Amino acid sequence: MSVRNKNKAGELRVKSKTENLSEIRDFVSTNALAAGMPAATIDNMILAVDEACTNIIKHAYKLSPQGEIIIKIDYDEEKFTITIIDYGKSFEPERVPRPDLQKYYREHKVGGLGMYLMKSLMDDVEYISIPGEYNQVLLSKKIRSG
Amino acid sequence: MAEFSTSIKENGDIRIINLKGYLDAHTAPTLENNFTELINSNKFKIVVNFEDLAYISSAGLGVFMAYIENIRDNKGDIKLTNMSDKVFNIFDLLGFPLLYEIYKNEEEAIKKFSGS
Repeated sequence: MSVRNKNKAGELRVKSKTENLSEIRDFVSTNALAAGMPAATIDNMILAVDEACTNIIKHAYKLSPQGEIIIKIDYDEEKFTITIIDYGKSFEPERVPRPDLQKYYREHKVGGLGMYLMKSLMDDVEYISIPGEYNQVLLSKKIRSG
Repeated sequence: MAEFSTSIKENGDIRIINLKGYLDAHTAPTLENNFTELINSNKFKIVVNFEDLAYISSAGLGVFMAYIENIRDNKGDIKLTNMSDKVFNIFDLLGFPLLYEIYKNEEEAIKKFSGS
């Protein structure tokens, strides 16, 4: 049996305000740098986490600034994982359609772009939602050795 | 807090918005206000210079979608210039180059307005 070393890099707790997005991005950046991730990968992870937290602020907490967002980072030799937890309205990711730019053009708005970006920028995006309790999104990126 | 600011230059009937810093869900309203003000003063030929923009999220991209049709209905356009590879990649990933003209520099975008 092989036991992998899990490195618990850290945890950040912030209120559901868009002004906290920059602190969230800095937190991801600092930890990804410490894990030795390449710069382009770090940029992608920062954006994916920003999109996930923006969605939580807008949709789970409906712009109420008192909600809590918890961001946890851990990594080992194979994978860098960011776990984001909120206690807002639960979310059904399968109900978010793939973005249609022509439709957005007609309707003057966008929706689902953030989720599409998260899936494009990360290797894996996983949602767990327990209505009335919590929502969790797991964003992970493989670490390529050598 | 994320630093973001804009400044607007005039070139004939063209208005050039320079973006600086981090454009996210928190700072997007600053750019929305710029577009609203330009539209209210009947300025529909708009160039947006991305040279000093370090970061954009989908909330920032959404600003361009919100105003483009109104601006084009008034015989104007939003033309984008001086994007870093990092910022262009995000626009590209979402298919924005099909909807927006993107130029290397301001001069090219201004020339396009003058020629039409």
